[in-house]
Amino acid sequence: MIEPTIYELSQPGRIGVTFPEADVPRTSLPREFIRSDIALPELSELDVIRHFTHLSKLNYSIDGGFYPLGSCTMKYNPKINEEVARLPSFAHTHPLQPIASVQGNLHLMYELQERLKEISGFHSISLTPAAGAQGELVGALIIKKYHQENQDPDRVKILIPDSAHGTNPATSSMSGFKVVPLPSDVRGNVDLEALKSECDETLAGLMLTNPNTLGLFDEHVETVIELVHEAGGLVYGDGANLNALLGVLRPGDVGFDVMHFNLHKTFSTPHGGGGPGSGPVGVSENLAEFLPGPIVKIFVEGDEETLPFFGFYTPKYSIGRMKAFYGHFAMHIRAFTYIAMHGPQGMREIAERAVLNANYLMTRVKEDYVLPYDRTCMHEFVVEGAWKEKPGIHALDVSKRLMDYGFHPPTNYFPLIVHEALMIEPTETESKQTLDKFVSAMKGIAIEAAEDPELLQKAPHSTPIRRCDEVKAARDLVLCCWIPED
Amino acid sequence: MMFTPHTPQEIEEMLKVIGVDKIEDLFENVPEKHRFPELDLPEPLTEMEAADELDYISSGNASTDEFISFLGAGAYNHYIPAAVDMLLRRGEFYTAYTPYQPEVSQGTLQAIFEFQTLMTELTGMDVSNASHYDGATAAAEAANLAYHFFRGKRKNILVSRAVHPQYRETIRTYMQGLENVVVLGDEDQADMSTGLQQLTGKIDNNTALVVVQYPDFFGRVIDYTNLIKIAHTQGALVCMIFNPTALGLIKPPGDYDADIAVGDGQPLGIPLSFGGPYLGIFTCKKKYVRKLAGRLVGETVDEEGQRAYVLTLTAREQHIRREKSTSNICTNQGLMALAATIYLSLLGKDGFQQVANLCYQKAHYAADQLSNIDGFELAFPETPFFHEFVLRTPKPVNEISDHLINHGIFPGYDLSEAYPEMNNHMLIAVTETLSREDIEFFAATLEEVAND
Amino acid sequence: MNTPKALKYAKTDEWIKVEGDQAVIGITDYAQDQLSDVVFIEFMIEEGDQVSKGDPLATLESVKAASDVNFPASGTVTAIHEDLVDEPEVINSDPYEAGWMIKITLEDPSELEDLMDSESYEAYNAEREG
Repeated sequence: MIEPTIYELSQPGRIGVTFPEADVPRTSLPREFIRSDIALPELSELDVIRHFTHLSKLNYSIDGGFYPLGSCTMKYNPKINEEVARLPSFAHTHPLQPIASVQGNLHLMYELQERLKEISGFHSISLTPAAGAQGELVGALIIKKYHQENQDPDRVKILIPDSAHGTNPATSSMSGFKVVPLPSDVRGNVDLEALKSECDETLAGLMLTNPNTLGLFDEHVETVIELVHEAGGLVYGDGANLNALLGVLRPGDVGFDVMHFNLHKTFSTPHGGGGPGSGPVGVSENLAEFLPGPIVKIFVEGDEETLPFFGFYTPKYSIGRMKAFYGHFAMHIRAFTYIAMHGPQGMREIAERAVLNANYLMTRVKEDYVLPYDRTCMHEFVVEGAWKEKPGIHALDVSKRLMDYGFHPPTNYFPLIVHEALMIEPTETESKQTLDKFVSAMKGIAIEAAEDPELLQKAPHSTPIRRCDEVKAARDLVLCCWIPED
Repeated sequence: MMFTPHTPQEIEEMLKVIGVDKIEDLFENVPEKHRFPELDLPEPLTEMEAADELDYISSGNASTDEFISFLGAGAYNHYIPAAVDMLLRRGEFYTAYTPYQPEVSQGTLQAIFEFQTLMTELTGMDVSNASHYDGATAAAEAANLAYHFFRGKRKNILVSRAVHPQYRETIRTYMQGLENVVVLGDEDQADMSTGLQQLTGKIDNNTALVVVQYPDFFGRVIDYTNLIKIAHTQGALVCMIFNPTALGLIKPPGDYDADIAVGDGQPLGIPLSFGGPYLGIFTCKKKYVRKLAGRLVGETVDEEGQRAYVLTLTAREQHIRREKSTSNICTNQGLMALAATIYLSLLGKDGFQQVANLCYQKAHYAADQLSNIDGFELAFPETPFFHEFVLRTPKPVNEISDHLINHGIFPGYDLSEAYPEMNNHMLIAVTETLSREDIEFFAATLEEVAND
Repeated sequence: MNTPKALKYAKTDEWIKVEGDQAVIGITDYAQDQLSDVVFIEFMIEEGDQVSKGDPLATLESVKAASDVNFPASGTVTAIHEDLVDEPEVINSDPYEAGWMIKITLEDPSELEDLMDSESYEAYNAEREG
């Protein structure tokens, strides 16, 4: 065992933080509702600080090293974001305060809405969804409601490319759609013939990630969108890969009807070990009335001297509220700051450098790994983590061995259409030196795979723990700490 | 530019390796007429300018630092010990990715495991997941779970009108995707004093889930034993939405035999930040564990027999089940769950009970003081409450608010917004951060406005 | 890969053993190998249910995948191997005997003609692997 749990560290009678005595006369407690006991640990402040400091040291993080994780956009999280999000005038505002007392918050949200519109080419934005998956749900529900309002209830089919992220079909099912997968062609584009055959009066829409999860820009994207529109369907864009398009292409310009943003990918808000994210949604003009509220708008125009007066509204045919309050406001602050620091040129440089880094890595990595789609990639690319001539090695082994070289593995086994997939996305914040080190590691592993396969199969060797028994974890389900009896 | 490290020299070298002349060549697949649009964005700010700009924007706010706030209604102003944020600011925690590779993520995984444990202890339930987005979406996922548990055969989700209005809206939004599901029980006519009997009367064998809140939206602590018994007789599941601080004092949902208990963990070390990010807590009985949406951390061993933590039962999740998964949820609220874990570790058994007790005592003192003012009375004087209560006012709330705000007070929530028949009712919350003087000042100021 | 000659096989990797109008159903050695360690089985039907060919029988979960098992023929469910819920690993170790899942009374034996014999199933597997 590396680090005891808080329950194992607990000592009966130990006290951490205390509070003053009540300064009001005592009211007796409601006898019939009183809780008999509560098993929380008893630790000192130092116990807690040491415990969580120890835990932190067991973690890999962006601040510590490179994450070549495809589809996650693990770029550097600027520290100024953390400062401004903590400004007390932001952090200590209650969501139900009188609107006049939170004009600063609404001002920021309004500006973020406007800037995201400008970056994406969409007509309206809602900042409320809590994460990408929630943003997707919004997209699917909007498509559903749009067809309902148009008296087109038979449109129940959603087309999803076979390379899509698992949230896409999950979201469609949750929204009551029938999912029909679309194959990709040999160049990694949506298969146009397959698409044409599905364009009928039951078509609700297509969910398209572009660039797709292979990191490839669809060579017929405009045709794809046209075909769906002609058949009466809508096109939803999964904005997970927007990092390749900032200042390069606005999805709204090319015909997408609705798209979600991932502020925690493209706009540098931190991943936090699994959240919180933030998934705003943008729509074209014909879908603006379906967005989830509340959305910020100007109620009284300003002038050179005074700011406008902002307030919230909910669109007329809104699909409804996605969660309580207004979305992940503290993430809005960070994303706004990030955009403000980059400006128009900065946006384009992000995409350019991200794509430059990816193509550089791809050119070098493909010397030793099979690249199934050998054409210019966008911000990420996929290689196979296995070789016909080295049969005992799987992508999993390559990944685990990378940890011994000090790198977090790339995304594994996704997209499903590539055998033993390793999806690699360097992002624009990594230097050539880091990329070259990564290439050396990959080359080293390719050699080890031939000369000493067991080294990979038993990797990692140098991490705090070794490979885990995941079968045991699922079969002998233990989801809570053991707590000693008093 | 800002955070990209490339020198012109390096860019040239890289382009040569790739085999193109310039970066633009890498974007040939992008349709030419839309390529490289001019973005109408303000010119970039340096870090120093950005700090100024955000300062300026935030100055358009007044916060709970300057005002004495009696606002609750789903977000509560509690004291957050300094150690919480110090630990959250460690880059190893907040810049870490989702712990899919356990060998390099034991910090995150063990912290979530501890979080899961704390949540089951708090609620008296068997299992907790690694969190949902917030209390409202956790309630929606409870409805989702119930729907799938009955394989879509039971179509009714019964919701009490005394559940937070925004939670009820969220449940409806989520249920619209499922065929023929009806959310009912909270119609406008539902009377708040007999409401529970009416609700209980509606439970039948088409009910998948009954949703109640504890304490309810009006702050009332209600014994749901009878309702739960009847629901179970009809084969329906029950979800209790709880306030975590309250559970430091009052009996937990597990004691009532609830099937699912959800809530928002914002009171546990998470700042108000204008409504988000917060923390959805989802706990349930063991028998529903495989229907649970969201991440789960389980304990196991590694190859050398060392104790280790991993994400488990992942086959339920969207990346494997795809269209057959019951929910699409991908992220949890990782950093917020960590905040709650640290907060509860710092306060511990004693500290947490102390906070709960302080909230209770101060709220009851406030209720006493305010209801003694002429023209003001408690709306539900017979029902026990924890730290929130409803005050009936002599004039509509929006007519007395301005006066209070001018005196540096954020009054309680105006209930007429969500309950049209309650247009002179205010929902007042009192936490450990308010002093006796604050409460007396509020009472004195209210008295002034009543006498206009 | 084990492919007992006495059984019939579906393209979706279920086997069926027929004795008169009674049948026993489970998943094949190929299927359990693809799935790897099964950690959970959830039956989708109850004893006495009338089922049609293609209806969902159970869901299997392993650490890295989830898979649906479907009825290769129509009939009435006479027995469910509930013990598998506590010992799902038996499906991996003994998919054809101790790992049996369901017993049914066949409704329409002619449906069996659409299924493969062991040779065809082995050939089908070879095709998939290659």
